[in-house]
Amino acid sequence: MTIAPAAVAPAPGAADGPDHALALLRDMLRIRRMEERCAELYQAEKIRGFLHLYIGEEAVAVGMMQALTPDDAIVATYREHGHALVRGVSARAIMAEMFGRSAGCSGGRGGSMHLFDATTRFYGGSAIVGGGIPLAVGLALADDMQGRARVTACFFGDGAVAEGVFHESMNLAALWHLPVLFACENNRYAMGTALERAQSEPDIAAKAAAYRVPAWTVDGMDVEAVEQAARAAVESVRQGGGPHLLELRTYRFRAHSMFDPELYRTREEVEAWKARCPIAAYEARLRERGTLDDARLQALEAEVFAELDDAVAFAESAPVEDPSTLTHDVYREERAP
Amino acid sequence: MTAIRTAALGTAQAPATRRITYREAMREAIREAMRADPRVFLMGEDVGRYGGCYAVSKGLLDEFGPERVRDTPLSEATFVGAGIGAALGGVRPIVEVMTVNFSLLALDQIVNNAATLLHMSGGQFNVPLVIRMATGAGRQLAAQHSHGFEGLFAHVPGLKVLAPATVEDARGMLAPALADPNPVIIFEHVMLYGMEGELPDGGDAVSIDRAAVRRPGRDVTLVTFGGTLPRTLTAADALAADGVDAEVVDLRALRPLDMDTILTSVRRTRRAVIVDEEWRSGSLAAEISARLMEQAFYDLDAPVQRVCGAEVPMPYARHLEQAAIPQPAQIVDAVRATMAP
Repeated sequence: MTIAPAAVAPAPGAADGPDHALALLRDMLRIRRMEERCAELYQAEKIRGFLHLYIGEEAVAVGMMQALTPDDAIVATYREHGHALVRGVSARAIMAEMFGRSAGCSGGRGGSMHLFDATTRFYGGSAIVGGGIPLAVGLALADDMQGRARVTACFFGDGAVAEGVFHESMNLAALWHLPVLFACENNRYAMGTALERAQSEPDIAAKAAAYRVPAWTVDGMDVEAVEQAARAAVESVRQGGGPHLLELRTYRFRAHSMFDPELYRTREEVEAWKARCPIAAYEARLRERGTLDDARLQALEAEVFAELDDAVAFAESAPVEDPSTLTHDVYREERAP
Repeated sequence: MTAIRTAALGTAQAPATRRITYREAMREAIREAMRADPRVFLMGEDVGRYGGCYAVSKGLLDEFGPERVRDTPLSEATFVGAGIGAALGGVRPIVEVMTVNFSLLALDQIVNNAATLLHMSGGQFNVPLVIRMATGAGRQLAAQHSHGFEGLFAHVPGLKVLAPATVEDARGMLAPALADPNPVIIFEHVMLYGMEGELPDGGDAVSIDRAAVRRPGRDVTLVTFGGTLPRTLTAADALAADGVDAEVVDLRALRPLDMDTILTSVRRTRRAVIVDEEWRSGSLAAEISARLMEQAFYDLDAPVQRVCGAEVPMPYARHLEQAAIPQPAQIVDAVRATMAP
């Protein structure tokens, strides 16, 4: 059973005009091109460790972020470069982090999986599947106890839904009526294990009903659909409607991390989803509307490339942290008032 | 503070101490913290209506209401994780975990989130969280309710770990723990809750950084913490009757360890016995022993001895349980072994 939102906001692309639509496209392109650049830099051994690319899922982060204000909080996963970028963490700080430089958004201590940024209330970058969900509940609890009308958006994948903390957290957030928006990015695979092979009930939104959490499924390949759903859900949460869940159906075009043998899915399936590429589809829609033409698209791409070139140059030339600081920030030294 | 209060009473006969149980001391500390700071709240399993599994929070729900004394569902990972998130969000949670064995359900949150967030975020996000948990054997609660994992948590950089073993520490450690910007775990040994002791009037905050010499002595240093402090003091008394003057060091803080106090004592007595209720292998006793070897090898007149818990899941039957945890007689024997020529 899927509980639909009470009120459906107007389609943002139409309501907010061509500038907004182009901004959505631009942000999706920023993620896509950044991820492609990351893949190259990984091959060039500039970026190391695990690198989980968001290619194919861009509409989710971009659509969701539209609904959040600077006061809201975000808890994300290890596939979070795009979320950080669209939230407002600079491409420079993200790229420097992946290069392991002190100018990185986590001081070179986190890497690809642990992007953090206090300024934008971006609480990471959690690489224990499901591990960030209770954190989001707690952030919402703090807001609730202090009477702040803020929302905490918690991103996690379909894999996390099998973890106990997902269920515990849904229960606690609903029981205490906390302002959390659970955003399940259902890309159909927990690493290599298909949702149907891991879940007795593969309808994730249906699980929310057991906790009396309003939930609905969204086409995660359609940025406007995501934005519309996110706005409705965030508004409801902010108005005191308690936690909500969005199941955003999407697909990861690339390997789980940089390389995997892809034994777990067919080429045909991947190609079928690639044919629904959220960026290509949105470009086509905007061309139909007359919002986009070749010249505009080229200009957007050029802007995005310039931003990335700058970010990579910044990361390349950024100083590395002095090893004498190795054990800094294990404990915070000063006492609170 | 104590002096000022005594003076205010205007009489030299005013009692400088009062008698109180460890449980009451802890409750007073929570009450005081909640009165002092509206951001402070308590949450955990049965802390509210039930009054706490070990009755520590009895009466607090009536005074502070369900917003600040929160009964949680049985979901250790989530309510500890929510405590971490709430701390990040600017409030000051005291999370009670009913017993240390259950804390393993929350180990992911404690180790992978609470302990790592500050460093992993490049110093941006600290976690000012206090977690209290009951620990230890002695109540015949068998293998899933009786263990102590203080050493396990003390292994983890980013955490501070405290083991109050006196009513003064039960009363005084919470306030500085809450004022600390880091995650602090307070281990309350179940055999101490009913223990009465003299609390200095006022019950002011105490250091959470230093070990304490509970009994001065010349001949051997007994190092212990938490629930084995009373047994170790008993052993020291027995040794005194035999003419052996043992010094007893109560670690109080298990991470970071106050090696200065331990080393100062051991360099003087030249002998050390470590008493630790937990399993011997990979224990805190092992760590301290290793540090003594590294830092005081040439000051020692005898090998360091350890009296630890037996390496067995805690058995139920009373005589077996008692056989599994350090007893004064074993401590006496270990001291004699270090005194032997």
